[in-house]
Amino acid sequence: MATVQTRELRKEFGHNAAVDGIDLETEEGEYLVLLGPSGCGKTTLLRLIAGLEHPTGGDVLIGGEVVTRLPPRARKIAMVFQSYALYPHKTVRKNITFPLAAAGVPKESWPDKVEWASEVLGIGRLLDRRPRQLSGGERQRVALARALVREPQVFLFDEPLSNLDAKLRTSARDELKEFQRRMGVTTVYVTHDQVEAMGLGDRVAVLNSGQVQQIGLPEEVYADPANTFVATFVGAPPMNLLHVKDELLGFRPENLLPLEAVGRREGQMECDFEISRVENLGSDRYVYGTIAELDPDAKVIAKLPSTITVTVTPGGREKFVVAGDKLRYFDVEGGHRIDAPTAELPR
Amino acid sequence: MSSAADTAAGAAVAGTGRGDGPRRRWGYLFERERVLGPVMLLPAVLYLIFVVGYPLLLAFFYAFSDVTVGSNRFDFVGFQTFITAIHDPVFLKAIEHSFLITGISQALVIVLCTVLAFVLAADFHGKWFLRFLVLMPWTTPVALGAIIWLWMLDSIFTPFDWFASKLGVIPDGGHLVLLGHAGTAVGSVIAVQTWRMLPLATVIVLAGLSSIPQDIEEQAQVDGAGFWRRLFSIQLPLLAPVIMVAILFGVVFTFTDMAVIFILTGGGPGNATQVLPSWAFYKGINGGNLSVGAADAMFMFPVLLGITAIVLRMASRIGGE
Repeated sequence: MATVQTRELRKEFGHNAAVDGIDLETEEGEYLVLLGPSGCGKTTLLRLIAGLEHPTGGDVLIGGEVVTRLPPRARKIAMVFQSYALYPHKTVRKNITFPLAAAGVPKESWPDKVEWASEVLGIGRLLDRRPRQLSGGERQRVALARALVREPQVFLFDEPLSNLDAKLRTSARDELKEFQRRMGVTTVYVTHDQVEAMGLGDRVAVLNSGQVQQIGLPEEVYADPANTFVATFVGAPPMNLLHVKDELLGFRPENLLPLEAVGRREGQMECDFEISRVENLGSDRYVYGTIAELDPDAKVIAKLPSTITVTVTPGGREKFVVAGDKLRYFDVEGGHRIDAPTAELPR
Repeated sequence: MSSAADTAAGAAVAGTGRGDGPRRRWGYLFERERVLGPVMLLPAVLYLIFVVGYPLLLAFFYAFSDVTVGSNRFDFVGFQTFITAIHDPVFLKAIEHSFLITGISQALVIVLCTVLAFVLAADFHGKWFLRFLVLMPWTTPVALGAIIWLWMLDSIFTPFDWFASKLGVIPDGGHLVLLGHAGTAVGSVIAVQTWRMLPLATVIVLAGLSSIPQDIEEQAQVDGAGFWRRLFSIQLPLLAPVIMVAILFGVVFTFTDMAVIFILTGGGPGNATQVLPSWAFYKGINGGNLSVGAADAMFMFPVLLGITAIVLRMASRIGGE
């Protein structure tokens, strides 16, 4: 087991910096999720850690050792690709033993290791099949078994769930988390899906344009975004941002609630919400509209759980409130988080 | 599927047909699968019938007859012609040479085309120009290529003499006369056939190589495999079907080729480079004995039939997956 560290890591393609000076460090056995939109550099970062790309600058350390100049096979890592990249001409058993053969592990110990890995992942009955005879979920488990069998220092996952259908994805996510918890191996996991990131990560690093925007516990990233990018990328629907005087005022849609439903409390921000549209999604209602007194141009969304049964009608105007401790402020230029408002907001 | 589509199309035509003019009825003629299919296939079928089927049938008839260029007799003589053909001592030599030349040249092609494909798959400057150069021999007509080699292998002006004397194989001013000795003549034919088939095989294998997903290659790297292990346990097995296709093409083209022999050696010295197609040509056309020439050529049939069977099986297996 080992930690992964990057120091001032850079990767440029032409004049384009895909990874723009990233400093990251995992803890022992940590599950670190790299989250970001497509093109943010998260996959390039993972490939730099794996050794499949050569950095333009900076260093990669695995287990405290600089591995920047080492080829992938010398890094004691295991990687699971988005496509699972099973060898199509080999049986499941041969797929799993391939890393053992490559590492020069004596043949006598292969059966034990295969049995162990296939037991962990419940694929014992699939060992003599070929990859094309497997379902998506089974392929994922075979890829995991192949990654597991050489007992790597670090697991690297590149969107391993994105090829599964929605229903399978939920159970596979569950299995993946359970798997990592049992193995206790340091894992770096790349995804663009915030639900995966929140559910799987011990910590989440949000990336955009080749830089780390924020790194922290999932609940920190969600509740206390470091800037407006994180605020709007994490969370669905995204955080409401209103231009109020010299700051941006932010609050999550689920924190904007009808006054009638929550009652008047100390420190609340109270406002008139002009409702333009209501969407009923079963478990929630999304209420779209504007708050003219704060920022008449900003579209605002309120997310009301089905437990709140207050009637909201399109075209109407209702009193809505946000609890004082749920309000966040950002500066207008850089979009960075700032602590306290410099101007008094309407109460 | 086709019957359902036909029925649907028929129903549609019947439905709209009432009260409409003939124009409307005939306007959709080519959208009917039963009409469009045969029309599209017709040129290919005609080509096969007149350019492949008819000559093949004719050769078949000739092989069982006593037809010659010199008379207008045409009697069926059963297997008599075949017996005559087999009893010619050159015939057995020609069969042996056919297999020898095809076998060795294609074995060389397998190795060389794989190496060349890996080289050309790499990223370097001027890659497209090099690919173009490699493909050149294939775009050259066989006869032209053979004539170029005839000059290269000329008994007096060949550049190979110079190389050989520098290497000390022959004395200064000596001559190898490559096409004049049995062994070196066969070697020269093998070299030219290899040179001719290499480009096509390389392009086929190159296409196969670029169809191996990048992920698989990178997965093997991460799994700890070095160059040789990736080559022998990942890339070559995945390339095997494609290499097979390249080789089948090569075998067919080499086994049936007589242009190289005709231009380079004329089957000689003696009959040292005589192969089945050239022997059939000399016997049947030059010698005027059409029936024996046809019978000689018929002996290529089982080999080509076998290769066709393999190709069809591979095609159906790929289609079935």
